[in-house]
Amino acid sequence: MISIQELTKYYDDVCAVNNMSLDIPEGQIMGLLGPNGAGKSTTLRILTGYLPPSEGTIFVNGLDVRKDPIEAKKLIGYLPESSPIYPDMLVYDYLDYIAQVRGIDKSVKTKRLKDLAGLCGIREVMHKPVSSLSKGYKQRVGLALAMMSDPRILVLDEPTSGLDPNQIAEIRSIIKEIGKEKTVIFSTHILSEAEATCDRIVIVNKGKIAADGTMDELKSSARADQKISLSLRDAGRDEAEKVLAGIDGVTAVNCTEKEGQLDFSLDAVRDLRAEVFQTVKKRDWIMLELLQEKKSLENIFRILTSEGK
Amino acid sequence: MSVKSILTVFKREFRSYFFSPIAYIIMTIFLVITGWFFFSTFFLAGRADMRDFFNLLPLIFAFTIPAVTMRVFAEEYRSGSFEILATLPLDKKEIVAGKFFAAHALTLLMIAPTLIYAISISTIGSLDWGPVIGGYLGAILLSGAFTAIGIFASSLTHNQIVAFIISVSISFFLTVIDNMLILIPGFLVGFFQFLGTGYHFGSIAKGVIDSRDIIYFLSVIFIALYSSYLVNMEKK
Repeated sequence: MISIQELTKYYDDVCAVNNMSLDIPEGQIMGLLGPNGAGKSTTLRILTGYLPPSEGTIFVNGLDVRKDPIEAKKLIGYLPESSPIYPDMLVYDYLDYIAQVRGIDKSVKTKRLKDLAGLCGIREVMHKPVSSLSKGYKQRVGLALAMMSDPRILVLDEPTSGLDPNQIAEIRSIIKEIGKEKTVIFSTHILSEAEATCDRIVIVNKGKIAADGTMDELKSSARADQKISLSLRDAGRDEAEKVLAGIDGVTAVNCTEKEGQLDFSLDAVRDLRAEVFQTVKKRDWIMLELLQEKKSLENIFRILTSEGK
Repeated sequence: MSVKSILTVFKREFRSYFFSPIAYIIMTIFLVITGWFFFSTFFLAGRADMRDFFNLLPLIFAFTIPAVTMRVFAEEYRSGSFEILATLPLDKKEIVAGKFFAAHALTLLMIAPTLIYAISISTIGSLDWGPVIGGYLGAILLSGAFTAIGIFASSLTHNQIVAFIISVSISFFLTVIDNMLILIPGFLVGFFQFLGTGYHFGSIAKGVIDSRDIIYFLSVIFIALYSSYLVNMEKK
């Protein structure tokens, strides 16, 4: 459906996107993750035809966004970052204007506007000027604008930034709902959000793709080591440190002492919970806690995006 | 380019002038200034014509029309709403054309009440309608040219004030060059006279409708609008 081909974008001397290639099949919800300035927004802006690429191009359903911009734009609904909607228009007037630009037939327009107002939860603000809306409502109006023509591809640039947790949950459920039939691409830097909604996650860093795959693939492929945290009582600090460091597979031991309790954090090459338990059992120590830290997307993200710094 | 898209952009842009008090303020200022300058000497001169009004018009246009057009693109760039506009399935030419027609419609709406002058003069004296009709035709073309220049200036910058100053400078230059010809070396006089709007507007306002003058104004409009289209295409 979307094919990004050897895309490069320079802003003067700064390289925002560096020779990126990516294929997105129809019906996929793809999350574009990355630290600030990684080139997420730039990629989306080139995809939607707002910015010209320096080199390479993007094909949307076989249409080159450089050569057939109008036809490509007809297939795409786009919500730019922080939804910059004309502040002095009424929500209804604005959506009506978008409907006209999108060439929606007069006979179905009212129904379409009503459906969208219901779906995006903006029915009660339709008569208000955009400038008087809260950020959450503005974002929802932006979502309605992007979905106006029922496009096959929906591109959302940080759709949940600045929203409260309830609104985030709503927007996510809307994205999931749309994603059943459409191709959805959205950028975010909230990792749990990508984890909760996406079929596929692409992590970009410094204009390059650092990782690409489903959530599980990313988790198993990342070279993040295991971390075990352990709390002990009635144990000698030096002795415990020595004993724990002696377990085969432990690469580092960190210890903090607090009110007679020792908190250890072990770096290990594999799952060592059984060995740790056996070791502790042999002594007179009391084990208060033994926990294997899950490899989270946060860890993977941090590892992938801190490379080359 | 599709007429339907241009019309959609036109409708939104034209209505947007009335969302804020800008349109009303500019129209009021225009009418007060033209009305006062014209009628303060009208009865002293004692002639039933509108020649003084049309002599005054280019200079007033050079300041009021940039105020109408300054926000057209500059405000879109500043607020970021241009990103939505540019990613809608609209040709940049349609956007420029729609915005031009909307701004020009507003300037025509601004001039329209001055038709009352003509009507009231015709009741107190025998008004020669030829130069009046010519004058209004010239005013339509001249305001179109200044509107196009203003839109071009607005497409260059994020800042409305900068856009205003650029378009006032260009419009003012084209207006006054006719009076500055004495200072220009002899062999260039013809060129600069033809470049200025005063010469062309003057002859139309006398009631002499020459195709060269009409082509001049249409070319200025076309060049200015095409330039703002090119500027928009190159925006990154």
